[in-house]
Amino acid sequence: MDNNKSWIDQRFPLTKVWNEHLAEYYTPRNFNFWYFFGSLAMLVLVMQIVTGIFLTMHFKPDSANAFASVEYIMRDVDWGWLIRYLHSTGASAFFIVIYLHMYRALLYGSYKAPRELIWILGMVLYIALMAEAFMGYVLPWGQMSYWGAQVIISLFGSVPFIGPDLLTWILGDYAVGDPALNRFFSLHVIALPLILVILVFLHIVALHTVGSNNPDGIEIKKNKDKNGIPKDGIPFHPYYSVKDIVGVVVFLMIFSAVLFFSPALNGYFLEHANFVEANPLKTPDHIAPLWYLTPFYSVLRAIPPMFGSQFPGVVGMFAALLILIALPWLDRSKVKSIRYRSLPYKIALGVFVVSFIILGYLGMQPVTPVNAFLARVFTATYFGFFILMPWFTSIGKTKEVPTRLTE
Amino acid sequence: MKKTLNTITVAFISTILSFNVFAAAGVELDHANTDITDEKSLQNGARLFMNYCSGCHSIKFMRYNRIGKDLNISDEDIEKNFIFGDEKIGSPIISTMSIEDSNQWFGNNPDLSLVSRSKGVDWIYTYLRGFYKDEERIFGVNNHVLENASMPDILWSLKQSKSSEDFDQDVRDITNFLDYVGEPAKLVRIDLGYKVLGFLFILFILSYLLKKEYWKDVKYGKWRAKD
Repeated sequence: MDNNKSWIDQRFPLTKVWNEHLAEYYTPRNFNFWYFFGSLAMLVLVMQIVTGIFLTMHFKPDSANAFASVEYIMRDVDWGWLIRYLHSTGASAFFIVIYLHMYRALLYGSYKAPRELIWILGMVLYIALMAEAFMGYVLPWGQMSYWGAQVIISLFGSVPFIGPDLLTWILGDYAVGDPALNRFFSLHVIALPLILVILVFLHIVALHTVGSNNPDGIEIKKNKDKNGIPKDGIPFHPYYSVKDIVGVVVFLMIFSAVLFFSPALNGYFLEHANFVEANPLKTPDHIAPLWYLTPFYSVLRAIPPMFGSQFPGVVGMFAALLILIALPWLDRSKVKSIRYRSLPYKIALGVFVVSFIILGYLGMQPVTPVNAFLARVFTATYFGFFILMPWFTSIGKTKEVPTRLTE
Repeated sequence: MKKTLNTITVAFISTILSFNVFAAAGVELDHANTDITDEKSLQNGARLFMNYCSGCHSIKFMRYNRIGKDLNISDEDIEKNFIFGDEKIGSPIISTMSIEDSNQWFGNNPDLSLVSRSKGVDWIYTYLRGFYKDEERIFGVNNHVLENASMPDILWSLKQSKSSEDFDQDVRDITNFLDYVGEPAKLVRIDLGYKVLGFLFILFILSYLLKKEYWKDVKYGKWRAKD
């Protein structure tokens, strides 16, 4: 065995990589519940790729056959139903895990220096994931696939001057149809997954370069022993690898409960209207994207048309997404963790979380005067969190940060 | 902090679960109360469906022999009682009425393979029992659930022949059958779900004990880097 290892090590840095990223990657010893979601996101990514490979073997990216081929997978392919539900439940699980992972960064200031690049890579990952999920949702070619795509893609048509040409270029046709389905399939199964995997690799390399943050927001690398090992650090493997296995099993229990007992989750994970084949002549009464895109859909609908153009809403929607990238520079606080933050920050974070959840809820509902008003109020508070951040992170009294981890 | 977060999570999840997304505009739906594990009910539902519904409606994603295999009906019985034309036992269940013709005659003739998934079982159960007399309509009936439905009250003769409880049970059986047709995997997935959860529970105990054993080092400060 050792002989084999040295044979490989002379030709490839296997032991070096293993040590640098696992056995001698020193991690703060006080990770809590919120630190499970990075490894869980990786698990879900692998699961989506593996189940996706098998779905691709049976799916037909053709507007005449796509819907029926999904039902063929659900009925005639051995264990096809399980593979398809793993993939569809996995899509929603991915976003739940990612939203909790991002919220962890907000709680403990993990985006702050020196981890700005990890945050930016993560945000690009998140945006790529949204594109991946959106295109995947078009593929089953149900009513919601079709009309959701029609609504979202038509946004590009509102771009001044080039809009209509841009739209035709994206769709390969004048409306969502076979060419769009075929190219979304291509982007969904190869282009975007490739980008996602590369970005995950970069995200982890950047993380392992600066080291992990922790619930105290203290840099453990500032306190090293004589061997240069952080005093508050423990090797990722075996300590966090065995701990993450527990997280994985608990996650799989919740995931399986949804998958086996309620895979459509009352229309939240698989919409009822999507069990009707796409019909370009019949617009559904109510079109809503799946839950993970609805906060941004709400922002889109909240901003009224200006100068006879829907473009401001589209700009607002993308701004709501892109403004997150600026977070490391908007936050002026001296401390990272919520444990030592000032009261104004705690209140602002609470308002932000509530705004995001309510916008998400409103995005699933039909527009009524009350809903439209609420969407505008919470769009304002959503943006307020970022615009006012330089101010509310520099006022109020922060607690003193200890030099060593507290637990 | 942890407590607040837990409260938020619980509140959020319960809000999600309390909204029913079936948008049945203003119509109160009766609870279908179907039981997919009730094989007798499914068999009766299949029989009624083939006799009353399949003349007009297809269930094109379902095959004759798949029903036989799943509901324990022999191929001979299927051929004798369910196949009225010259279809093969492995054929999908397509009605003899052409879609083009019936769309001309009725305006719309939906395939019912996935109706339980798009409309829900309560909708089917209430709709089939929701016909009332209306001389204005071409077939003399209208429907509470789907105003101006162009479907005749096909179960009328069945309704006349028995008590209202027995009729409701028949409609429940048809609904149950359509629920199965919407997702044949439902017959196996729930049972399998309990087994998977049982396995994961054992794995949870083992993985937790493993974690605890390793983390003793960290807890008692015994962990030291190699010199």
